[in-house]
Amino acid sequence: MPAPTLPSENPAAAAVSPSGYAIEFDKVAIAFDENVVLDGISFQLPHGETKALFGVAGSGKSILLKLALGLLRPDSGRIFVLGEEVTRMSEQELFELRRRVGIVFQESALFDSLKVYENVGFRPMEERISAEEVERRVREVLRFVELERTYDMFPSELSGGMRRRVAIARAIISEPEVLLYDSPTGGLDPVTSNTIVELIVKQRDVYKTSALLVTHRLQDAFTMATHQFDKATNQMVVLPKGQRCDVPMSFLILREGKVIFDGDAHELATSRDEYIREYIS
Amino acid sequence: MALELELISPVEVAKDIVLAVQEYTLLSAQSLANFFRRPLYMADMLQQADLIGVGSLPIVVLTGLSVGALLALNAASTLQRFGSVTLIGQLVSIGMVTELGPLITGLMVAGRNASGMASELGSMIVTEQIDAMRALGTDPTKKLVTPRVGATSFMLFFLTIIADLLGLIGGYGVAHLLFGVDTEQYWTSVWQVLVFRDVFTGLIKPVLFGFIISTIGCYYGISTRGGTQGVGRSTTQAVVAASVLILITDFFVTKLIFAIFGYR
Repeated sequence: MPAPTLPSENPAAAAVSPSGYAIEFDKVAIAFDENVVLDGISFQLPHGETKALFGVAGSGKSILLKLALGLLRPDSGRIFVLGEEVTRMSEQELFELRRRVGIVFQESALFDSLKVYENVGFRPMEERISAEEVERRVREVLRFVELERTYDMFPSELSGGMRRRVAIARAIISEPEVLLYDSPTGGLDPVTSNTIVELIVKQRDVYKTSALLVTHRLQDAFTMATHQFDKATNQMVVLPKGQRCDVPMSFLILREGKVIFDGDAHELATSRDEYIREYIS
Repeated sequence: MALELELISPVEVAKDIVLAVQEYTLLSAQSLANFFRRPLYMADMLQQADLIGVGSLPIVVLTGLSVGALLALNAASTLQRFGSVTLIGQLVSIGMVTELGPLITGLMVAGRNASGMASELGSMIVTEQIDAMRALGTDPTKKLVTPRVGATSFMLFFLTIIADLLGLIGGYGVAHLLFGVDTEQYWTSVWQVLVFRDVFTGLIKPVLFGFIISTIGCYYGISTRGGTQGVGRSTTQAVVAASVLILITDFFVTKLIFAIFGYR
């Protein structure tokens, strides 16, 4: 299914931060009471790349996204986002940084007392942009996620998949340099999942947005690694056989608070680690 | 299944209480400081003023009338023994304006709005809406707490004036219809007995009570943990804490005003 177009491409997306990475975790650890969730993990997300995070339930994948946004503070270690050290910033400073980062929460986290257009246009409205401009941008991103007809509806009137797409629209309306997706296809039917995967691929290939993607669905990540977005046909197409790993896509697997794999699709497929082989089988 | 009892150390309990007081104090201070920082969410404040003020009007009208009438009824039964029924107006006036008007209005609004704020913000916490707001670069204390604090303090001031007036009308109804007190005599005594200190006491209290109701409601809301059960718990705790704090504050404010202006 061809994805609709979003007219303005984001020139800021390719901007290089002082640290050289869109996101960098350096020996980050966090525990809740006695439960160690992340135990000194380190990894980097280069600009323009999408990194899929895997791990069993409770392995700290969603926590990792919240740490990247400064919604949680680690017990130790350093986190850099777009060259800024998140772990040293005050909440007020973080509000500024968060305007350059978009996030799609696991359960969408739409404001249930606001209509779809108010949800999607929340950030531009906060920036005191004129009502006409907000409406234009909201309609544009809603068209991008194929939900323009829901403009005047409340989140409670939408299906799970529609809510997820509205959440994506809300995350991309301000053309963020980094996107964080928390299980965007979780609990959705294959058709809706594929639509969302296509939106993520388009965001990666057309707008060059760096992204961390938490998912349980290995097939979604492999689809992203083996497909690219074709601007000419305006849809996701499979890569020719020899170019299967040419897209900016990598994988990271967490186990018991540690990173046990960080590499591309080819390295993942050929890994000899028993746990990883069992995980991807 | 064996029942396991978990023993909690008194030191841990004390630490939790100190932490809660610290967090509440910080939230309260931040909510006030936000009045001097941009952006000021006037539209949200007006919306809250409508919800809190206009929405609470029916219960304030009913309780104001009832309390005034009851005050007159109880006062009359005592005053009748001394042949001083004409003093009903004075008793109702002082009772309503200095004490019962602000207190009853505060408790009613606490029951209605502290619970509403705690459940609304608590639901937003458990559905990650507050995190989403922070992630979108908006300060939730600025967007959600400060408008509620401003609107509650502002509206409680006027709701108390309405409750006072209706209490006096309720008292007049009882005094005139049941005890035959003359209309002019009642309203003259109501007016003449009041001094600056009474009016000041009666109008400073609702502002403080409004601050307590909104900050307690918001504090319990945004510190909600444990899903929908946690939201229910926060709602109940908010009403109890706000009511108790209103009663304690009322005592100390009254005492302080007596200390400043002297006893009657």
